[in-house]
Amino acid sequence: MHLRTALGAASALAVAAATAASAETTVTIATVNNGDMIRMQGLTEDFTAQNPDITLEWVTLEENVLRQRVTQDIATNGGQFDVMTIGTYEVPIWGNNGWLVSLNDLPDSWDADDILPAIRGGLTVDGELYAAPFYGESSMVMYRMDLMEAAGLEMPEAPSWDFIAEAAAAMTDKEGEIYGICLRGKAGWGENMAFLTAMSNSFGAKWFDENWTPQFDSEPWAATLNFYMDLMTSYGPPGASTNGFNENLSLFQQGKCGMWIDATVAASFVTNPTDSTVAGQVGFALAPDNGLGKRGNWLWAWSLAIPAGSDAPDAAKTFIEWATSKEYTALVAENEGWANVPPGTRTSLYENPDYISAASFAEMTLRSINSADPTAPSVDPVPYTGVQFVAIPEFAGIATLVGQEFSAALAGQQSVEEALEKAQALTADEMEAAGY
Amino acid sequence: MARTVTTRRKAINTALAWAIGLTIFFPILWTILTSFKTEATAIADPPVFLFFDWTLENYAVVQERSDYMRFLWNSVIIAGGSTLLGILIAVPAAWSMAFVPSRGTKDILLWMLSTKMLPAVGVLYPIYLIFIQLGLLDTRIGLVIVLMLINLPIIVWMLYTYFREIPGEILEAARMDGASLREEILYVLTPMAVPGIASTILLNFILAWNEAFWTLNLTAAGAAPLTAFIASYSSPEGLFYAKLSAASTMAIAPILILGWFSQKQLVRGLTFGAVK
Repeated sequence: MHLRTALGAASALAVAAATAASAETTVTIATVNNGDMIRMQGLTEDFTAQNPDITLEWVTLEENVLRQRVTQDIATNGGQFDVMTIGTYEVPIWGNNGWLVSLNDLPDSWDADDILPAIRGGLTVDGELYAAPFYGESSMVMYRMDLMEAAGLEMPEAPSWDFIAEAAAAMTDKEGEIYGICLRGKAGWGENMAFLTAMSNSFGAKWFDENWTPQFDSEPWAATLNFYMDLMTSYGPPGASTNGFNENLSLFQQGKCGMWIDATVAASFVTNPTDSTVAGQVGFALAPDNGLGKRGNWLWAWSLAIPAGSDAPDAAKTFIEWATSKEYTALVAENEGWANVPPGTRTSLYENPDYISAASFAEMTLRSINSADPTAPSVDPVPYTGVQFVAIPEFAGIATLVGQEFSAALAGQQSVEEALEKAQALTADEMEAAGY
Repeated sequence: MARTVTTRRKAINTALAWAIGLTIFFPILWTILTSFKTEATAIADPPVFLFFDWTLENYAVVQERSDYMRFLWNSVIIAGGSTLLGILIAVPAAWSMAFVPSRGTKDILLWMLSTKMLPAVGVLYPIYLIFIQLGLLDTRIGLVIVLMLINLPIIVWMLYTYFREIPGEILEAARMDGASLREEILYVLTPMAVPGIASTILLNFILAWNEAFWTLNLTAAGAAPLTAFIASYSSPEGLFYAKLSAASTMAIAPILILGWFSQKQLVRGLTFGAVK
């Protein structure tokens, strides 16, 4: 009798629990670990207060792990995630494959026209917006104003590569552990190849000609890599072939770099007096050029997208609308200050005097983003889109292999000529195997 | 005749053992120390070893940001479940291989071990697709099965080695006294093999606890264990080494404590059969 009563009670509880659960929709969000994303997780109470029927579950992963996980999940229709944090590399490819839900029907109040044109263009395929930008970035020159002044030089707003070399030579004091220039050298398509591909655009180089033939045997690529190697071996820090974003950030914050060309998002780190010993001495300039009409800066936006296999697309859309809205920006400003709002996505942010006065790097960030054109990245026409990448599925694998060759050259294990020869051969092989 | 060891040689050996031990332990010690530093001190050059302003701020941030207990509970269930399931399957298997070997026993043992030589990523997609079909993605039971399968060869091998040390005559005597197979394994073999089984359980629990490939690839929000908890603090764009170290320390603390208290059994288990 007791057992029967207990079973009855358990069944009633189970039914009640199931009924309660059915009233709630769970949205699982796969995201990366960076300041802006963590801030958003901390503010989700605002979202759940407005949407009590939606529960948010966060899966935070390291960038490369996240990329592998979400690719695997979307390609197999695993349905593990309802919102994915992806970049401008994935969106065109996945959008073309029909793997993402269109966001064209987000309400007018979300104000799609306010999104920066360069960013919006990178997230749109055939007129369909497949991801909403959470924060956008380009790359620019960050430099030590005190060292520049001591060297008797003045950084132009839009420097040339020759000026960068001249300034690097003047600022370098190896005995004092100050290196004129810090650049990425660590192998990887999102590491040294992001920088070098963007740099090569300003030298007139390109990954492929219009027939998809690799171009590493061209003069502009030789000029790009030789310039980079000369700069880094003469004025760069030791062990630069293993330096990525974090390693250079650490060097810069400790006052060991005269100049650093990297993601605009670094500006808030190097000007933060809590972590940076040179916070008050940092100036900003556009990425360098060679007078050919293209600058060596990239364009990237971490964006929120809904996989086609999601079982809660409407709730996911509600979340994306909240996270990428102007109201969310205001919420961050209210809680954390204007300097901490996610940058690089909306025109209105750069028209906001509060933001402009709080973020000394705001104007240069906007100009950098606007000067990147993913539809025409290089001097000559190319058959692909993407500034620091080629928006084809094979690119990540090929560029990582090429990056290893270039990194080995920087480490002194082979010459520039050998690295370029190998890059040409392996790219040709991979592209042929892929059917291009 | 026992070999005499001079005091000098003993001292050298002891110093060498300590040096090797400290070298192996140093990365863990550094992680623990870094977890008490500020982010700025964590990247200081030259590095600061002990003399810095110790802070618990990173632990507070990690505690506030993540549901540590949920990850911990998942780790306990997954590591414990896979180890127990593995033991249940491996004890009879190792018994039959040790006491009733056939012509193919050695080949089977080698074949089992050879499955460990296959890179895990080689079977990731088939297993992922099977998991989708069976609804096992992001479930603890799915991970219990996978981790049990990948550790099973090691469990069988270890138990087989222990069982081989037990004289078969004792089991024969039990049989003569009328013990059934179940009674023979449960009441005769198992008590004699308890130290071996205990060290096998411990080692496999540690292996399952630290497993980071399958646990990262087959989980999302529901079944993610402490390996996913650590991974969530890694960032290529931002210096969060102190917080990452705090998360790592919290993740390895339970297993470090367990390892510390059971080191005697572990060492015995790992060196069993090495000297005959």
